[in-house]
Amino acid sequence: MLGTGLIKGMAETARNFVGSFLEEDRLTTVEYPEERIPAKEAARSFPFLVFDGDDAEKGLRCVACQICEKECPPQCIFILKDTAKKPDFVGKMQFQPKVFDIDVSVCMSCQICVEVCPFEAIKMDVDFELSRFDRFEGLLIHKDELSKPNSYFRKIHPTDAAAVDANLAAEKAKAEAKAVADAAAKAKAASAAAAGLAAPAKPAAAAPPPPPTPADPILKSASSSTAGPGLAETGSGKTHAPAHGS
Amino acid sequence: MIEWADQIFVLLKREILLLVPVALQPLASILLSVGPIMGVFATLFAATTVLERKGLGRIQNRLGPNRVGPFGLLQPLADGIKAIIKEDVVPYRTDRVLHTLAPILIMVAALLAYSVLPLGRNMVALDLDAGVLFFFAAGATTELAIFMAGWSSRNKYALLGAMRAIAQMISYEIPLILSTVGVLMAAGTLSTTGIVEAQSGYSGLFPNWYVLTPWGFAGFFLFLIAATAEANRSPFDLPEGESELVAGYFTEYSGFKFAMFFFGEYLGLFAANALAITLFLGGWNAPLQILDWVPSYLWFFAKLLFLIGLSIWVRGTTPRLRADQLMNFAWKFMLPMSLVNILASGLWRFTGDGVLGWLVCGSLVAGSYYALGLNLAPKNAVTKRIYRFAT
Amino acid sequence: MSFDLAILALLIGVSAIAAITLRDLVHCVLCLAVTFASLAAVYLRLGAEFLAFSQVLVYVGAVAILALFVVLLTRTGEPRAESRFSPQVMIPLAVCAFVFTGLAAAAWSSSLKDSPEAVGASMKLKDVGRELMTSYVLPLEVLGLLLTAALIGAAILAKADDGEDDEVTDLGESQGQQQRPMVATTHSDPKHD
Repeated sequence: MLGTGLIKGMAETARNFVGSFLEEDRLTTVEYPEERIPAKEAARSFPFLVFDGDDAEKGLRCVACQICEKECPPQCIFILKDTAKKPDFVGKMQFQPKVFDIDVSVCMSCQICVEVCPFEAIKMDVDFELSRFDRFEGLLIHKDELSKPNSYFRKIHPTDAAAVDANLAAEKAKAEAKAVADAAAKAKAASAAAAGLAAPAKPAAAAPPPPPTPADPILKSASSSTAGPGLAETGSGKTHAPAHGS
Repeated sequence: MIEWADQIFVLLKREILLLVPVALQPLASILLSVGPIMGVFATLFAATTVLERKGLGRIQNRLGPNRVGPFGLLQPLADGIKAIIKEDVVPYRTDRVLHTLAPILIMVAALLAYSVLPLGRNMVALDLDAGVLFFFAAGATTELAIFMAGWSSRNKYALLGAMRAIAQMISYEIPLILSTVGVLMAAGTLSTTGIVEAQSGYSGLFPNWYVLTPWGFAGFFLFLIAATAEANRSPFDLPEGESELVAGYFTEYSGFKFAMFFFGEYLGLFAANALAITLFLGGWNAPLQILDWVPSYLWFFAKLLFLIGLSIWVRGTTPRLRADQLMNFAWKFMLPMSLVNILASGLWRFTGDGVLGWLVCGSLVAGSYYALGLNLAPKNAVTKRIYRFAT
Repeated sequence: MSFDLAILALLIGVSAIAAITLRDLVHCVLCLAVTFASLAAVYLRLGAEFLAFSQVLVYVGAVAILALFVVLLTRTGEPRAESRFSPQVMIPLAVCAFVFTGLAAAAWSSSLKDSPEAVGASMKLKDVGRELMTSYVLPLEVLGLLLTAALIGAAILAKADDGEDDEVTDLGESQGQQQRPMVATTHSDPKHD
């Protein structure tokens, strides 16, 4: 009969109306500024620069190779090379950026800079509350603000950071072993005094080296020239890195 | 004391008028009638917007606005400030005179309707002999305002919305007016206060409201449905159809003019609901004799809030009709039903309100409702659609 | 003639002249609506409430809207910029003058011209109804019959498009209707894919 559907529908909406006051789990609204859902591990907003240790200048992993600047699709990265060099984590002398700017109003959060970086120097942040009063200068973020410690990276992307740390540690151990071997060979050949090691002893070097087989996903996808699938994979979830490694 | 509380506003007006010089008394009387009406209904409009948004939110298991003020109750204030300080964008090719006149005309037409609505005992701005007719005449001019808005915007969405609105309003105006004819016949007057007074008194436990007769019941719902269509509210919101026509006839309006349209639309809704109360729900009369001591205007506004709540509920429930369903409903159901209803109310006059009357009129109304409903039902049953290629 | 009636008469005259001289047809119709409304105001001023409200309801609410619909459904392009009057203006002008003289003469010779408010004020709505159903019942019924005939005629005209009597409808329409299922069958044909 005419009207029965309307009555059924109105009963349903009345049930919703009353139920929303009685049952808490009906209301799925998260009242954002007060309530926050913790970010998913794979969440990403804009890139930041990682530095080791406490000193942002000294520990900055970036070597100003400008690959990210070239690869960035919307061209939001601006890098100026410094003439001075500084030692990197294995003690090799590397360039450093004098200026490193990211215009976050232009950035499209594609993560390609992260994919292409061979030095694990640029990573994706999860901070999205970037409102500024000045929409031109304010959204152009400079090096000092972009630099964030490795501990922060470990906090926001633990799985990713563990894989990166393991990878770096393995690289460093390899470099140290090579240095020792080189030194030994040099000592044997020239029978000169061993110069000792350039690199300061680090606990990571003393620790048993992690299995070298699980290649770091980021390096792997960067080496394969197609950025698209690599992108999708790295952003896919927190269980990503182990799954990729196995 | 009861008498005094009931008539407090009437007495207040009389006292204030005595303070005014005689030459200015007519003007002061007009201001004292118009001012409170506009103030009260503007406040009601503000309250309704927040109630509607919160109510619709709850119906959809959301919270609704809750940021501005306690429980979001100051939301209309924020909306109003926003509407006023917004830029008034007028497209280059518009007909500027008509574009500006349209929101003013829609407000004027909506406010004019209030002059004949009895808000309480002795509380009517203009007790016209042909009050109900005046109401409909004022309502008819909104069609012109809507057309002016849609046409002067030089926008296809606006024009389409305006055409839809006018087609819909013309179609539903007929059942709207016809559904009141039964009441006019029973009350024997077109005056709104006369109709309310005809419904005063109680027979047994029940009040003598027209909604409590078979033809009045049907007429009440016919009136409400037609009034919803006249106010362009869901499920009859084709003229605005956000998903199809951006915003319909006020697509090209912004800032305060848009707010005026919004205000005018709600004023029209309140006016229609208030007239439904006047015609069918006994106006300012109390529903039970023992509750007669409550001031009459409180009863009126309680009923008005009830009907506003009902319209919010319906809006939260129903999806938008299709254009052909809309017209079919108007011409194949509403119109014949309201004609049958007139017949039923005529019969009621002869049979009286005894068992015979209920039997004859009730079966006439219910039978025609059932038959017309069958006629309106889809001819072929809805079957599961098979998609041959899409998987 | 009192001051307010003079204003209303001026409004009626100006809007009526505007309704026939303005270039944009929609403006013309809107001016016509103003004429209707101010006529209603005259009725109201003379105490004929019922007539005034019916005037607004029927003429502003329905006739003007109908005229707008007609204008919108027939309009082609921009309004013309050339002459506003057609050369055959004399004939309708003569008819109008004739009708006006007749009406004016009737009003002038009427005994009501000195006290226009007297009739309206004494007429309550109930009396209007009683008069309509007693003295004027024949004109009322004839009018009703006329309107019913017009309504049925309109319904028949609209019904002719239904496609059942093909000799009345234009062929393009019925062909278009017949084509639609064919298109649908070709789409649903699996071999066609």
